[in-house]
Amino acid sequence: MKYTEEHEWLRVEGDVVVVGITNHAAEQLGDVVFVELPEAGTEVSQDEEVVVIESVKAASDILAPLDGEIVEVNSPIVDEPSKVNEDPEGEAWFFKMKLEDMSALDELMDEAAYKNFIG
Amino acid sequence: MGDDLKTTVLNDLHVGLGAKMVPFAGYSMPVQYKAGVLKEHLHTRAAAGLFDVSHMGQVILRGPDVALALETLVPVSVAGLAENRQRYGFFTNDAGGIEDDLMIANRGDHLFVVVNAACKDADIAHMRATLEPRGITVDQINDRSLLALQGPQSEAALAALDPAVAGMKFMDVATVDLLGAACWVSRSGYTGEDGYEISVPNETAVALAEALLADERVEAIGLGARDSLRLEGGLCLYGHDIDTTTTPVAARLQWAIQKIRRTGGDREGGFPGADIILKELAEGAANARVGLRPEGRAPMREGVELFAEAEGGDPIGKVTSGGFGPTVGGPVAMGYVPTEKSEPGTVVYGELRGKRQPVQVAALPFVKPGFKR
Repeated sequence: MKYTEEHEWLRVEGDVVVVGITNHAAEQLGDVVFVELPEAGTEVSQDEEVVVIESVKAASDILAPLDGEIVEVNSPIVDEPSKVNEDPEGEAWFFKMKLEDMSALDELMDEAAYKNFIG
Repeated sequence: MGDDLKTTVLNDLHVGLGAKMVPFAGYSMPVQYKAGVLKEHLHTRAAAGLFDVSHMGQVILRGPDVALALETLVPVSVAGLAENRQRYGFFTNDAGGIEDDLMIANRGDHLFVVVNAACKDADIAHMRATLEPRGITVDQINDRSLLALQGPQSEAALAALDPAVAGMKFMDVATVDLLGAACWVSRSGYTGEDGYEISVPNETAVALAEALLADERVEAIGLGARDSLRLEGGLCLYGHDIDTTTTPVAARLQWAIQKIRRTGGDREGGFPGADIILKELAEGAANARVGLRPEGRAPMREGVELFAEAEGGDPIGKVTSGGFGPTVGGPVAMGYVPTEKSEPGTVVYGELRGKRQPVQVAALPFVKPGFKR
């Protein structure tokens, strides 16, 4: 698993990466009540807003972790946003993307670095 | 900065329960406990929730014709309030706007009022400046905490400490002995549920909170759920849904202005902004506070602009508070629209992230009140 400073995790699955938010982020957000996902096929650049997520407290944007193309989105979480709180690092992934450059993953934090980052 | 925050007597209890503390109106207050906003909200509607509202201002007014004196500041019939009864009111200004909303209780030889935390210093200064010259003393009560117990099982939980509270009706007030302390209890609250507000001596506040929390029906509830509960209850949050620029008529609070204070009544007018407010009572206001149900799932929060059409045109109003309603199971909001657009069922459009989404004007409250009348 790789991690961004925006509290996203990335897991490599063949030639795509699965992206979601970390347990820590889900805890900080509080109860998630709304998720808006991008459309599959969307080309995205790093740090572009791709997902809107609203909790009982506030709206937040999830940014594209790297450059690439969204190839699949996890539609069930739109109907059941509470899954994001229940299983953010498993069932409640947000989207899968094909990276423009897989080696860009190397720039992201590994688990130890992320744990250190969130303190 | 954080060091300047005041704390309530229950602070250690909150922290011990795992509360997330946030600054609110100059106080460090629990926004949520471990369960989180959603579960706390639903628990309150299903059973009973305990809220620390000790940051609010508690004030005793005492003196000759104190009710008539207070009537010079509020468009409410205070003199017509029976002993041991409470009613909702608001301080108005010369422009007909609202300076704060408050609860007024007739406790026999004095009035007991509760005002918002953020406004309490200004309210007390306002009352001192206007009421003291009339021989009224204005005493801020600092040696008492304020707890709210809300939800359908509040009666059973509080009656376990003193059965007398079960006999109280909505908006009754009484002095009740709880854990040996004389508590000033009202059957009221701000969640749309049955419940009580309890003014308790500081030295007994922690013990009382712990005794109530020991009841398995009762959970500690933070300000986050307090906000979603009052929003579903159609209740105004001062500084958001009502403020110095909104009149009581535009805010649809005219029910709180009794006939006797209106045109033709025995004690007509005589409060700040009476000319404007009485005129609006007769002729209506240009805008109206309404309930709003955004279509779809996206919450519309405070500040979202409302439009008459799906495209083009200038904003016709805006959302003044909004979010997700856990009991409703979807987004709910309140806001202001032109009066001709205020009929329930009317469709307006809220602009969210650059896109206009349909919003239906809805009757308030969003949930059926559980008051024990």
